[in-house]
Amino acid sequence: MDAKLKETILNPIFKGNPITVLVLGICSSLAVTVTLKGALVMALSVIVVCGISSLILSLLRNTIPGRVRIIVQLVVVAMMVILVDQVLKSFEATYAIDKQLSVYIGLIITNCIVMGRIEAFALGNKPWPSFLDGVANGAGYGLILIIVAFFRELLGSGTLFGIDILNRFGYVPNNLVILPPFALILLGCIVWVQRSIQKDLQEK
Amino acid sequence: MEYLSLFTKSIFVDNMIFAYFLGMCSFLAVSKNVKTAAGLGLAVIFVLLVTLPINYLLNTYVLAPDALIKGVDLSFLSFIVFIAVIAAIVQIVEMVVEKFSPELYSSLGIFLPLIAVNCAILGGSLFMQQKDFLNIGEASVYALGSGLGWFLAIVSLAAIREKMAYSNVPPALKGLGITFITVGLMGIAFMTFMGISL
Repeated sequence: MDAKLKETILNPIFKGNPITVLVLGICSSLAVTVTLKGALVMALSVIVVCGISSLILSLLRNTIPGRVRIIVQLVVVAMMVILVDQVLKSFEATYAIDKQLSVYIGLIITNCIVMGRIEAFALGNKPWPSFLDGVANGAGYGLILIIVAFFRELLGSGTLFGIDILNRFGYVPNNLVILPPFALILLGCIVWVQRSIQKDLQEK
Repeated sequence: MEYLSLFTKSIFVDNMIFAYFLGMCSFLAVSKNVKTAAGLGLAVIFVLLVTLPINYLLNTYVLAPDALIKGVDLSFLSFIVFIAVIAAIVQIVEMVVEKFSPELYSSLGIFLPLIAVNCAILGGSLFMQQKDFLNIGEASVYALGSGLGWFLAIVSLAAIREKMAYSNVPPALKGLGITFITVGLMGIAFMTFMGISL
């Protein structure tokens, strides 16, 4: 693999992470992180939607007139989200998670990461790099989601993937961690850690 | 009385930002000063008030099971219909406002296109679908309430951020990090409204 493709894949995961650096797609990232399972399903859905819609729009990039491109993008993304939603609804194992994620699956349509990557990358690049870029950005998003969910489920319910970890040692679950505001505080701490390591990201 | 209860509930208890994190991207990006924040907040109220009742009608009379043709359930199309309505309405609203009220346009103008992809708007419609409102009045009251809640949140965050510019924040936490933590603390404050019903 040549260096440019490698950069395309690695950059969104760490250095140019869509959530902590570009501040895109915060809305859905916080509400779905109460349990690790929900976060994992959400992360996979975003990876699929982001990767495939980038691929489709990159294939179409020379035929879409510039003026109507936003509508075309929305339609393609909405179609992908409907597919993901229907797939999740059709299996017994994922149906409960789909119910738990409720409106947030639908909100992938307006997730700025998807639209942002299409606008910034897919419309100007060949299909294969666009697909990889979409997947990598989805993965960067998923990584943060899973970190937040890990702490929230571990501290908030004392479990991981529903399996008891801390409770057996007499840990009393902290309900504050389950409440929505804590996700924001946790995300603030992740940003803090990342910016302490990568000093060039610090704002003046 | 039910309307009043729904109204206060959608402003404080089910606050779009603090309870559901909807519209977070523009909320964080456009909250650096109070004036622009208020402009975006007004635009959100406005667009919610227009799109939510329309989506309610579409949902009840076209998409719901047995609504259009007996035995046909079109509800799987709701995402695409809602987002198309929102994108179209935002476009129309932008043109109408530009034509009839240039002053309002110059204050809202730049925010209107942003709003088509604001999760608060699509989220409002999706929650409307979940909540099974009885009539269009309830849907409109819900739209007004959630819009006001969003407005309140963004204006208060902007006010706090304006003051925070003078405080001594650790360099790595400056900007984004401290804003996240501030919003989290505001969210905890808003939780005191939980359980209020009129």
